[in-house]
Amino acid sequence: MAGSNPNAKPMDLTLKVWRQKDKNATGQMVTYPIKGISPDMSFLEMLDVLNEDLLRKGEDPVAFDHDCREGICGMCSLFINGRPHGPERGTTTCQLHMRHFKDGDTITIEPWRAAAFPVHKDLVVDRSAFDRIQQAGGYVSVNTGGVPDANAIPIPKSIADKAFDAATCIGCGACVAACKNASAMLFVSAKVSQLAMLPQGKTERKTRVENMVAQMDIEGFGACTNTGACAAECPVGISLENINMLRSEFIYAKATSENM
Amino acid sequence: MNWFTKTFSSTVGRKIIMSITGLFLCSFLVVHLIGNLQLFKNDGGEAFNVYSHFMGTNPIIRTMEIVLLLGFVFHIYDALVLTRRNKAARPVGYVNNHPEENSTWSSRNMGLLGTVILVFLIIHLWNFFVPARFGGLEPIVVENVEYDNLYIKVVQSFQIWWYVLIYVIAMVALAYHLIHGFQSAFQTLGLDHKKYTPFIQKFGVAFSIIVCLGFAIIPLYFFFLV
Repeated sequence: MAGSNPNAKPMDLTLKVWRQKDKNATGQMVTYPIKGISPDMSFLEMLDVLNEDLLRKGEDPVAFDHDCREGICGMCSLFINGRPHGPERGTTTCQLHMRHFKDGDTITIEPWRAAAFPVHKDLVVDRSAFDRIQQAGGYVSVNTGGVPDANAIPIPKSIADKAFDAATCIGCGACVAACKNASAMLFVSAKVSQLAMLPQGKTERKTRVENMVAQMDIEGFGACTNTGACAAECPVGISLENINMLRSEFIYAKATSENM
Repeated sequence: MNWFTKTFSSTVGRKIIMSITGLFLCSFLVVHLIGNLQLFKNDGGEAFNVYSHFMGTNPIIRTMEIVLLLGFVFHIYDALVLTRRNKAARPVGYVNNHPEENSTWSSRNMGLLGTVILVFLIIHLWNFFVPARFGGLEPIVVENVEYDNLYIKVVQSFQIWWYVLIYVIAMVALAYHLIHGFQSAFQTLGLDHKKYTPFIQKFGVAFSIIVCLGFAIIPLYFFFLV
C-alpha cells in the first residue's frame, strides 16, 4: 500500500457495538473480537472489515452512516470510547485512523444520543431535525434576474472569514452528541451567524433567528449551558462565538422584529 | 402566546432570565458580604446590630428584599424547567462517556451545585433571617435604643462545628457555581468581544473566589478565634 508504514503491525481489538434492530426495538451493547486490523485503516474501514466477517458468518452487518469518507459531508457519526468522532480533536470518524488505537484495545461504539435524533438501526440515527431547522430559516432568498457583477457587494475580509468559518459546519451532529443537554445550539448558531454576517443574509436576519430557534425548541433539543463541549468536539472547529452571536441576534430580533 | 411570553419561554429566552437573575444575585452577594464585614468590628456586635436593624426596617431595603426573592424564584424556576427539558432531550445515555475531555466539572454540574446552595439557603434563612424578622432574638440596648441582638446569635451558631462545616461546604459549592456561572451569564446575553471577554472570564474567577472566601471566613473566624 502506497504511503503505508511497513513496520505497522496488524492489531487485534475488541469492539463493543450498540446493536438495535429498528426504531422500536430495545438495543444493547454486543461484543465482537476483530483481528488483523491495519493501523493505516480508517475507523470506517475497520467497521467494513467487521461487517465482512459478520456477513460471512451469516449475521446482520452493523448499520452505520457514511458517505464521502473525506471528512466534508457530515454523514459519518459514532460515539467512540466516550467521545463523538473518537478521541482525536478536529477529526470526523471517517478521518480517524486506527493508528490512534493500540493492539488489544477495547473500543466502545455508540450512536449519537438525543431524543431529537432517534436511532433508526444500530449506529444510524435520524438527523432530519437538522434539516427542518435549516428549512425554518437557514437560507437566503434570491429573486431571479440578471447575474450580479462579481464583488459588487463589498464585504470586509474579516467578516468574510468569520462567515466562512461558520459555513464550514457540516451538520454532523457531534455538538448535540457531546452536549450534556443534547443541545443543538452550536449547529443552529453556525447557520444563523454565517448568514447574519453577510449583506445577502441581512434581509431575512430577524425572522431567520426567530424561526430557527423556535424550530430547534420544537425538535426537542436541550438548552445551552455554555459547557463548551460542543466546540471542543466539533470536527471542523466551529467556535463558541457563534452561539454568543446567535444570542445577540435573538435578543435584537425579539426586541425589534415585526413578528408578534 | 404573545411575542413576550414566546421569547421568554424559549430555551434561549429562559437562559437570558437565568443570566440576568444570576448577575443580580451576584450583586446581592457583594452587598451582603460588605454588610457582614461589620461582624469583625471589635465592639461586641454594636455596629452589626445597628446595621441589621437598618436592613430590617428601611423601606428601600425591604422593597429590594422582594425583588431579591423574585430573583431567586425566577432563577430557580427556570433552572427546574430547563433541567427537566435537558433530561428529556437525552432519554438514553451513553454506556461509555468522557465529558471531562471536553468541558469543566462545574459547567456540567450547575444544577447539583445550585441544589447544595438552595439547601444551605433554607438552613441559613431559618437560622438568621426568620428570628431577625419574626422575633426570637434577645434584646440589647445601644445608646438608649433597644435592638435585636443578631450578633450573639451569629456568635452562638458558629460555635457548633457541623454548622461551620455546612457553611464552608456551601461556600465551596457557591464558588464553583459562580466560576462557571459568572462568565456564562455574559455569554448568554450575547456579550462576547475579544476586548472584554478575557477580562470578564478572569474577573469572574477572582470574584467567585474572593466573595466565597469572604463568606467562609466568617464562621471559621467565630469558631476558632472568638
